Amino acid sequence: MQLNREALTRAYRQMKLIREFEERLHEEIQTGEIAGFTHLYCGQEAVAVGVCEHLTERDKIVSTHRGHGHCLAKGCDVNGMMKEIWGSQDGLCNGKAGSMHIADVDKGMLGANGIVGAGAPIAVGAALSNKIDGPDEDGKLAIAIAFSGDGACNQGTTFEAMNLAVVTKAPCIFVFENNHYSEHTGVDYAVGTVNDIASRAEAFGMKVWRANGVDFFSVYDCMREVLDYVRVPGNGPAAVEFDTERFFGHFEGDPQRYRGEGELDRLRAERDCTKIFRASVTGAALLDDADLDKIDADVLQAIEDAVTASRAAPRPRPENVLDNVYISY
Amino acid sequence: MAKLMYRDAIRNTIFQEMQRDERVVVLGEDVVGGMGTAGGPEAIGGIWSTSTGLYDAFGPDRVIDTPISESAIMGAAGGLALAGKRPVAEIMFADFIGVCMDQLWNQIAKFRYMFGGKSICPAVIRMPCGAGYNAAAQHSQMISQFVTNMPGIKVAMPATPADACGLLRQAIRDDDPVVFLEHKFLYAMSGDVPDDPDFCIPFGHARLARAGEDVTIVASGMMVGYAETAADDLAQSGIGCDVIDLRTTSPLDEEAILDSVEVTGRLVIVDEAPPRCSLATDISALVANKAFASLKAPIEMVTPPHTPVPFARELEGAYLPSPVKVAAAVRKTLEYR
Repeated sequence: MQLNREALTRAYRQMKLIREFEERLHEEIQTGEIAGFTHLYCGQEAVAVGVCEHLTERDKIVSTHRGHGHCLAKGCDVNGMMKEIWGSQDGLCNGKAGSMHIADVDKGMLGANGIVGAGAPIAVGAALSNKIDGPDEDGKLAIAIAFSGDGACNQGTTFEAMNLAVVTKAPCIFVFENNHYSEHTGVDYAVGTVNDIASRAEAFGMKVWRANGVDFFSVYDCMREVLDYVRVPGNGPAAVEFDTERFFGHFEGDPQRYRGEGELDRLRAERDCTKIFRASVTGAALLDDADLDKIDADVLQAIEDAVTASRAAPRPRPENVLDNVYISY
Repeated sequence: MAKLMYRDAIRNTIFQEMQRDERVVVLGEDVVGGMGTAGGPEAIGGIWSTSTGLYDAFGPDRVIDTPISESAIMGAAGGLALAGKRPVAEIMFADFIGVCMDQLWNQIAKFRYMFGGKSICPAVIRMPCGAGYNAAAQHSQMISQFVTNMPGIKVAMPATPADACGLLRQAIRDDDPVVFLEHKFLYAMSGDVPDDPDFCIPFGHARLARAGEDVTIVASGMMVGYAETAADDLAQSGIGCDVIDLRTTSPLDEEAILDSVEVTGRLVIVDEAPPRCSLATDISALVANKAFASLKAPIEMVTPPHTPVPFARELEGAYLPSPVKVAAAVRKTLEYR
């Protein structure tokens, strides 16, 4: 699928924005300035961007505990997100969500989620809502996407959601990002269908796809097919498994003693979606290194600005704990 | 006014709200009943007859018969609500909350607060609850204590057909998630229900079911009828009781309870839930804290024992509160010196 220069630039910028957002958080968390638990998306950027570049605001996504990438890819404001992770009153969720629960429902981003596997049923509900609303003038349905990992694929909620989507023909796409680790445990141990999640969805009666999750073009082209299918009224859900990589630990602070010797260096050298993208587009003379270097610099500046803004942003006041409750005792 | 059964008041209210607002959708196990069978759809129309005819009138997109998957039902209700619909989900027996607690407690209850108030989650979760049918330990429980404890969830417990109508309509129109605890044993109860298609009962306002100056009885759900029967019996002996039907346990009408206790000085709380960490203990703490000087006697709680709900008729009868037990508690508090 040939993308024009503008689309390529945007895709790279989005991937790079997620990468630098996460790399910067990795540094900042070590200083103790950021509170709470954080799970970084580094390494998986091609999936979030390759999926979300196809979506409109009517399309909904439900994310995971490793949700920053999905949020940014779906259009959440980078400053609002950084401020939220900083716990500011000006954050996207007024400092009530933090890293694990960021949402921007108006943008169709129905929440990261602290509970592994909890997102899939919610995505089916959003898909049913889109089914009720019916197709647009082109006869296409808005859809909903449940992002899940190889950990969530073992939760009963995921199974229930897949079956409910099939029997109700909900326009839902189950995107499984297989990064080979559910927390600290290898996929070969934890997933009984050895290193194969899509077959589970297939067993529920869904059409499934598989693609290389560290190659943006592989993800993007695959998702075009998946979306062409699911947007047709009456077709129902589909699932896709992306083989991808996690460059950091399960959570920030994870000693990662489960990694093999040299594993992370090898992944960074051979399975880095931003490098693979760069090689593809420069090799095909679609963009040149100078174009991409400029995006890199712009993104770094945007992250620097977001961090500066977050440090200066107003903190919540103690009385804000009672905002947005219907009653307090 | 129309004479309706409690179950018909619920069914009619859902029907009217679905007609009024196309965002209202129904989902749950067998809410259509008989899907995929020779006799269906609509072979059953919901096992409680609370969704009869909805499928015929509104079709499969808005009346969603689900597989037996409580987590998926609860989660889908949350997703529908976040996406702008007003789902009315049925969990066939409240006991099944154990299967889908996460989707209620960690998801639906928390969206509005967690997202900084920038979205609402107007989901109604109907949960037929309570004992009385010898359905034993896993199909008879009162779960008000769990859901009242959840910040973000409103909890309604209608005690009459009119309240079933007015509280359910309020629940459907409310922007917050509501757990609607219908007592199974009240489904066949008959009573006057206002015809007004906008009849709503605001949450957090208790109903004074009986008035008297000697003892305050606080109850909810099926326990209200027990309290009324006890109060009527006691009235024969010249003992006057306020019977306060809470209507909603969250928000709780603290003022109604405290105002009454300030007059009577004696309080009996009737609660169908187990005795510890319940509404009964919570209201006791409230009154001890805020109306201590008014109390003339220790607070009495009429509850089941701390056991699962037993099966045999004799055992279930022994387990449940009753009008006799309520009356005995009232007399005990009056006899205190």
